[in-house]
Amino acid sequence: MRQLFATAQKDFFILSSLVTKDFKLKYRRSILGVLWSVLNPLLMMLVLTAVFNFMFKWNVPHYSLYLILGTILFNYVAASTTSGMTSIIDAAPLIKKIRVNKTLFPLEKVVFELLNFSISLVAVVIVVAVTVLDPESTLEITAKVAFLPLLLFYVMLFSAGLSLLLSALAVFFRDVIHLWGVFTLAWTYATPLFYPFDMLDSWMQSAMRFNPMYHYVCYFRNIVLYGYTPDLTLNLQCLAMALVSFALGLFVFSRLQKKFILYV
Amino acid sequence: MIKPAKTAPGLTADEQALLDAACSTGHGRPGTGTTQGVRSRDLSNPFAIKVAGVDMVFNMANEQLNSLKEYFIKVVRRELFFKEFCALQGISLEVRHGDVFGIVGTNGSGKSTLLKIIAGVLEPTRGSCVINGSIAPLIELGAGFDHELSARENIYLNGSLLGYSKSFLREHFDAIVEFAELRDFLDLPLKNYSSGMVARIAFSIATVIVPDILIVDETLSVGDMFFQEKCENRINELISDHGTTVLFVSHDITQVERICKKALWVDKGKCRMIGTAKQVCEAYSHHQERDG
Repeated sequence: MRQLFATAQKDFFILSSLVTKDFKLKYRRSILGVLWSVLNPLLMMLVLTAVFNFMFKWNVPHYSLYLILGTILFNYVAASTTSGMTSIIDAAPLIKKIRVNKTLFPLEKVVFELLNFSISLVAVVIVVAVTVLDPESTLEITAKVAFLPLLLFYVMLFSAGLSLLLSALAVFFRDVIHLWGVFTLAWTYATPLFYPFDMLDSWMQSAMRFNPMYHYVCYFRNIVLYGYTPDLTLNLQCLAMALVSFALGLFVFSRLQKKFILYV
Repeated sequence: MIKPAKTAPGLTADEQALLDAACSTGHGRPGTGTTQGVRSRDLSNPFAIKVAGVDMVFNMANEQLNSLKEYFIKVVRRELFFKEFCALQGISLEVRHGDVFGIVGTNGSGKSTLLKIIAGVLEPTRGSCVINGSIAPLIELGAGFDHELSARENIYLNGSLLGYSKSFLREHFDAIVEFAELRDFLDLPLKNYSSGMVARIAFSIATVIVPDILIVDETLSVGDMFFQEKCENRINELISDHGTTVLFVSHDITQVERICKKALWVDKGKCRMIGTAKQVCEAYSHHQERDG
């Protein structure tokens, strides 16, 4: 038991060192530094709002907020799985020489991207503030926002599972890296991030049940935009999808990890 | 790859022996290669490293397959599991606590493969490898370094990867810097360092701890003469003052003879000779002269 605790403590130290490293490397030598993680989603949102508001006349209340909530959550999953996917290949020199818990590399990317996500939440706060200040708006922020950590837990577990799975597969087949890029693009459009859910055909609406990202994005909008309490069903759905992803990822990873060293 | 260390502090010697026996049951059967890492040293067991009948087989046909297309073509043509390369064959090795063991052999004879199995990064195809004690691999210095980061940051990063705790690193930070003699350059990114300077930091991080087992692979060939001497002194200090078990691989046959007491000669993946360092080194250099 004590041994287990000591191992966990060491793994945690490795994880935090790697996150610190990534954080320093990302923001070193850029004048605006951390600010970019806030500015980037804001600027993206402005572009997308401009494009979609003028091109299509959708009747989505608080469209900017609707949009930014969906995109930053989706970007979190996309970024953490994409960088998690190559994490084992990138750590090849280490894996070949040092005995180290290999699951740490994809997991570290998920934690690091969560950090970036938290920074970009400032962008959401700015959008909320601007919307609330508008005298014509009816937006009300409720205490339901307190559910956010729970949502982040689900999404993190979900991304961790995908990252573990992809990082293990990418070692054996580099095609996975290229395929995943295309897949995430398709996934972006298959999830109601820019457009309202009602716009979809009825068969697509029912197919949406199987899209985990749809549920996570709904959850996020419910607690911030609409002020709904996420009911038990939604919570269970989100948790179940996260657990399935994590279990599958961990299973595949632990089955394959012995052979990594021969292929990286 | 490595199952959680099978030692719990507070076990009696008998219980530990039972555990050890359980650990090595896989030994000898095909496809059940194991490497067991035991973190805390068990004093009742005289062996630091016990390698028994280790084979290491690489599938050469598998090596270059990196795309799904290639994979399916090979599956269809039934070429997938063809060419096998035996990097190690039936290697058995017993290293007692406090032994200083040299491994000699030509390039590609399997020395590094053997060290990787002992260090626990590679799992043997057959046979078993049981490690009793903490292990510090110097297989390639500075494996976890990031060249964009400063030396100070790298010390913490590399230290964490080697399994040190944060408090341990904080405590020994000065000792590491002192040994590497690089205090003035601490906050410079590592990419601005010369390779010798990088090796110095790596060596001092790896040897700041007193490991039960130290694996040294060609590391002393980097750095200038003074630093090489300093490294050799540090290794000798670990041997004489702390009873560290050392596995030493080098092409410098005089160095092996000078540092080691016993030696193993690996030739084309097989154990050619095992004995005192003097005997093995003599036979090896004799053989080299005759061939060369």
